[in-house]
Amino acid sequence: MSDTSKSAREMDHDKVLEQAAAWMKDGHKVALATVIETWGSAPRPVGSQLAIRDDATFTGSVSGGCIEGDVVTRALDKLDGGTAEIVEYGVSDARAWEVGLACGGRIRVMIEPVEGNA
Amino acid sequence: MKAEILEELVRARAEKRPAVLATRLSDGVEKLVYQTDTQTENWLVEAVSEVLRADKGRVQADPDGEDWFLNPFNPPLRLVILGAVHIAQPLAKIAELANYDVTVIDPRTAFASEERFPGVTLVTDWPDEAMETIDLDTRTAVVTLTHDPKLDDPGLHAALKSPCFYIGALGSRKTHGSRVERLTEAGFSDNEIARIHGPVGLNIGARSPAEIAISIMAEMTERLRT
Repeated sequence: MSDTSKSAREMDHDKVLEQAAAWMKDGHKVALATVIETWGSAPRPVGSQLAIRDDATFTGSVSGGCIEGDVVTRALDKLDGGTAEIVEYGVSDARAWEVGLACGGRIRVMIEPVEGNA
Repeated sequence: MKAEILEELVRARAEKRPAVLATRLSDGVEKLVYQTDTQTENWLVEAVSEVLRADKGRVQADPDGEDWFLNPFNPPLRLVILGAVHIAQPLAKIAELANYDVTVIDPRTAFASEERFPGVTLVTDWPDEAMETIDLDTRTAVVTLTHDPKLDDPGLHAALKSPCFYIGALGSRKTHGSRVERLTEAGFSDNEIARIHGPVGLNIGARSPAEIAISIMAEMTERLRT
């Protein structure tokens, strides 16, 4: 398997938490987003994660790319002392035009800052 | 999430310890619970063992009616390849992309070399000895690629005696026919032998080693997920 320095450099797609921890060690602020529930045809299963760095770099995914933009924006807002938030995304949502799920599914995503120093 | 919890979880993953991160949705209180943990509340011990077995997270209410999100972190899947041949090279790469820990076994050190398999765990013992050192559990797949019964058969014997989720053996229908005869002589039942996928891989008309590796990876995924 790849060592930490390699995964940090290449952003190994299956090592979201390892990447988040490495960013913390480098002195970045980091937030995590996790799919906690899905209904209908959801693009990524429960447990899928996205890690967001304070410069808006991100790795992993919580959808097929449909809602990551909104999740990243919300995550960045939480980096200075914000608290966890649970957001529901779906095609019937008021934000559908902007960040809806084209697949017609519905998902709940927990977005949270990583608190404390690594 | 607290930074200490993130670090502990990353450590558990590096040590390949199955763990579940439980988060109370109302206030974000977190607990990292291990499979072997019996100190925590009863409902959580049961739920932890269930989500790890299903390898699937879920939201569940505790006895007080508070919702928790339980996210399982299982160690990577494992692929044991017998035969450090040409097909093994792309197969090892593709399997790593799919988050498998790959071990390649081949006593022929000209084949099983670091140059041919950079970063892959190589074992150059004889297959029967090599297989004994590996825990072939329900999250392990075994693929034999040597074409040589002397090397392949000990691997198949070990795989058939284990609960591993996939067994594949490279070779034509004819080769597989004589393999089945040998395994029957060795005392394996028809049902047991039927666990072996041979010819190996989904029939997608694969020709090159990389294409054959893709067909094997696709069949492994099918066995794992459907």
